[in-house]
Amino acid sequence: MSVRDDVADRIPGGDAGLIVVVLLALYAVYILVGVGLGYSVRGQLNTIAVLTFYIGVFAMLALALNLHWGYTGLFNIGIVGFMAVGIYVMALVSKPLYGSGGAAQVGGLGLPLVVGIVAGMVAAALLGALVALPALRLRADYLAIVTIAMSEIVRFSFLSGELQQFQLFGERVGFGGGSGLILDFTNPLEAFFAFFGLWDAYLGFVDAFTVIIPNNPKPVVDGLVYGAVLLGFVAAFFWLLKRTGESPFGRVLKAIREDEDVANSLGKNTNRFKIKAFMLGCALMGLVGILWLMTSGAVTPNFFRPRITFFVWIALIIGGAGSNTGSVLGGAVFAALLYQGPRYLKNLIDTVIPNADAPSSFGPAVAPLVSNFDPAPLFFYTIDSVRQLQLVIMGLVLIWLMHNRPEGMLGHRKETAAGIPLTASRARGTASTDGGDAGGEVDE
Amino acid sequence: MSDTDATNAEAESEPSGAAGGTGAPTTEEPSTRLDLGSGGPDVSEQYPLQVDGLRKTFGGITAVDDASFQVERGTLTGLIGPNGAGKSTTFNLITGMLTPDAGTVTFDGEDITGQRPHAIANKGLVRTFQIARELRDMTVLENLMLAPKAQRGEALWRSVTPGFRDDVVEQEEELLERVWNVLEFFDIDHIAEEYAGNLSGGQRKLLEMARALLTDPDMLLLDEPFAGVNPSLEKRLLEHVHELREQGYTFLLVEHDMDLIMENCERVIVLHQGQVLTEGSPAEIQANEEVIEAYLGGNV
Ligand SMILES: Nc1ncnc2c1ncn2[C@@H]1O[C@H](COP(=O)(O)OP(=O)(O)O)[C@@H](O)[C@H]1O
Ligand SMILES: [Mg+2]
Repeated sequence: MSVRDDVADRIPGGDAGLIVVVLLALYAVYILVGVGLGYSVRGQLNTIAVLTFYIGVFAMLALALNLHWGYTGLFNIGIVGFMAVGIYVMALVSKPLYGSGGAAQVGGLGLPLVVGIVAGMVAAALLGALVALPALRLRADYLAIVTIAMSEIVRFSFLSGELQQFQLFGERVGFGGGSGLILDFTNPLEAFFAFFGLWDAYLGFVDAFTVIIPNNPKPVVDGLVYGAVLLGFVAAFFWLLKRTGESPFGRVLKAIREDEDVANSLGKNTNRFKIKAFMLGCALMGLVGILWLMTSGAVTPNFFRPRITFFVWIALIIGGAGSNTGSVLGGAVFAALLYQGPRYLKNLIDTVIPNADAPSSFGPAVAPLVSNFDPAPLFFYTIDSVRQLQLVIMGLVLIWLMHNRPEGMLGHRKETAAGIPLTASRARGTASTDGGDAGGEVDE
Repeated sequence: MSDTDATNAEAESEPSGAAGGTGAPTTEEPSTRLDLGSGGPDVSEQYPLQVDGLRKTFGGITAVDDASFQVERGTLTGLIGPNGAGKSTTFNLITGMLTPDAGTVTFDGEDITGQRPHAIANKGLVRTFQIARELRDMTVLENLMLAPKAQRGEALWRSVTPGFRDDVVEQEEELLERVWNVLEFFDIDHIAEEYAGNLSGGQRKLLEMARALLTDPDMLLLDEPFAGVNPSLEKRLLEHVHELREQGYTFLLVEHDMDLIMENCERVIVLHQGQVLTEGSPAEIQANEEVIEAYLGGNV
C-alpha cells in the first residue's frame, strides 16, 4: 500500500497525473509489442483505437458502479440491464421513421441523436427507480437479487416477439427481437462534428492521414477520434462524480454506507438519498450502453449477458471501491490487460506462427506432452481457447486480489466528503484570529 | 457568528430559530456557551415529550408495557431501571426506530407516533445510541459536518451545478466554523482529522454527543452516554450536559449508575419490566421501597 502511495505521490499532477502515467504505460506496452512483431502503422493505430474504446467504456462503467457501491454501498449486479435499456430506448427514439428508405424491419421516432441519448439515460434512471424503490426498504442483499433478475428480464424482453414490432405515436417501431436491431441513424461521429459545423474540416483532417495510411484511412481515424471522445466522457464522468462525492450529498451517501441508522437518526431521509444516487448511476450506465453500441451498426439482446456486469465489478475491485481515480485506473487496467490483453496476445501469436494447427480438444493437446514431452500442442490449444482462458485468468486475479490487496489499487485512500478541505490547520488559524480570550477559555 | 445565524434561519424551515425564546441568556456568558448558530432550543412547551400507554412486544417478551411519562422542558431527567427494563426499547419507540404496538408519543404538542426516524430528528428530538455508532471510515470532522440539518448541498443538483456550487461551498465554510465550536466545546479538536474508527471508547461517546448536538436539537435522548467512559471524562461530559441544560436544552438520560443519576438529575423515572414503577425527585426515588426492591431483585 505504502509503496503504491509513494509512487503516486511522486507523480506530478496528482490523481490526473497518475491516470495519465498508467494510460501511457499501457499504450507503450501495446505499441512495443506491436513494433516488435512488425505490425503495420494501420494495425498499430487500429489496436490503439480499440484499446482506447474499451478503456473508455470500462472506466466509465467502473465510475458509475463506484457511485453505487463505493460511495453508497448499493449492491448493483444488473449493470448490463441499464446499459441495454439505454441503447434500446435511444435507438427507438432516434432511428429514422419506418419506410423512409433503408432495409430496417422497424423504424424509430426519427428524433435527433441528442434527444435519443437523453431519453435512453432517463429510461435507465427510471428503471433504476422502479427496481430500487421496493428493494431499498429491504435488506441490502435484496437489491442484488432484484437487479440481476431485472437485467435478465430486460434481455428476455428485448428478445421476445411481442416487442419485436409495435406501434408508437402511429409509427411502426420495435426492438427487433432476437435477430437484433439495425442502428440506422446518422453516424454519431458525423452528427457530432456536423453539430459544430466541423464535418468538412474533419474530412480534411482524415485526408491528411493518407500520408501514413495510404488507402482508406477513414475507419482508422474514426476509431481513434471516437476513442478520444470516449476519454472526454470519462473526464466528464470523473468531474461529475468527484463533485457528487465532495459535497454534503456525498457525505450523506458515505454515512449511509457506514451506518444507515445513524444517518437516519440525524434527520437524513436516507431512502431519498439512496434513490437519487442509484438513479444517477443508472443513467450513467445507460449512457455507457449508448456510447458502447451506437457506432456498432446493430444491437442484439444477447450482447447484454451478465458477464459484462461482472467485468465491471472486477474493474472496480482492481481499482479500489470508493475511489474515483481507482475506478478509472481499474477500468483501464482491466480493459488493457484482462479484457483485450489475451485477445491481443492470441492475434500476435497467430501472426508469428501463422499456420499452427491447434488440437481440437484437451486430450490430443496433452497426449504429446505426456508421450514425448512436446508442449507445443498444449500451448496452441491454450492459445486457441483464449476466450475461455480469459475468464480463468480473471478469476485468478480476483482470488489473488482478495488475498493480497482486497482494497484494490487505490481503495481506502479515503476521499474527503466535503465541499471544502477538512483540515485541522484551519482551526488553528481561526482560533488565533479570534484573539486569545476566546481561544483560551474554551474548556478547562 | 452573525452571518452563521442568518444562514441557519434561511436554511431551516424548523421553528426553533423563529421562536427565539432563549434570546436573553445568550449574551450573558459567551465563554462557556455553545454556539450552534441558531437561536438555541425551542422552549415553547413546558412538557416537550409526552409518552402515553406505550407498548412493544418481541415475540413472547413484552419489552415496554403500557409506559406513560413526560419530560419537563429544560431539565435533565433520568430514566433508570435494571438491565432489560425496556429503556433502550423506549428510546427506539420514541425516535421512530421501532413502531409501538400501542400508545402515543407526543413531541412539542404534535403526535409523532410511528413517524420515520429522520422526520422525528428533524423536529428537534435527537438520540444517541447505547453502543456508540461512529461512522468508522469518516474522520471526526466528516462525522460532525454530516449532522447539521437542511444543508444546501444535500440537494444533488446544487452540489454539481457550476455557479450554484458556490453557495454550497460558502455554507460548508460556515458549517465548519460551527463544527469547530463544538469540537472545542467538547475538547476534542486535537483529534479532528482522525478516523472515527480509531477513537477510544470515551472519545466515541463524545463524538456521538457532539454530532447529535450539531443537528441543533431541542431535546436529546442519551442512552448510557457514560458507559465505558473514564471518570475524568465522565465528569467533563456531565459539565457539558449541565451547561447545555442551562441554555435550555432538555435531556432524557438513561444511566445505570444510581449515584450519578441522584447527583445530577432533577427528575427520575424508574422503569421496571417495561412499566413505569414510579417517578419523582432523586430524594423521593431514593426513599422508595419499591425501587430498592426492583434493583435488588434484578441485578444492581
Ligand atoms: N430487537 C429485539 N428483539 C427481541 N427482543 C428484544 C429486542 N430489543 C430488546 N429486546 C428485549 O426487550 C427487553 C428490554 O430490552 P432493552 O430495552 O434493551 O432494555 P434496557 O435498555 O432497559 O436494558 C429485553 O428483555 C430484551 O431482551
Ligand atoms: Mg439499554
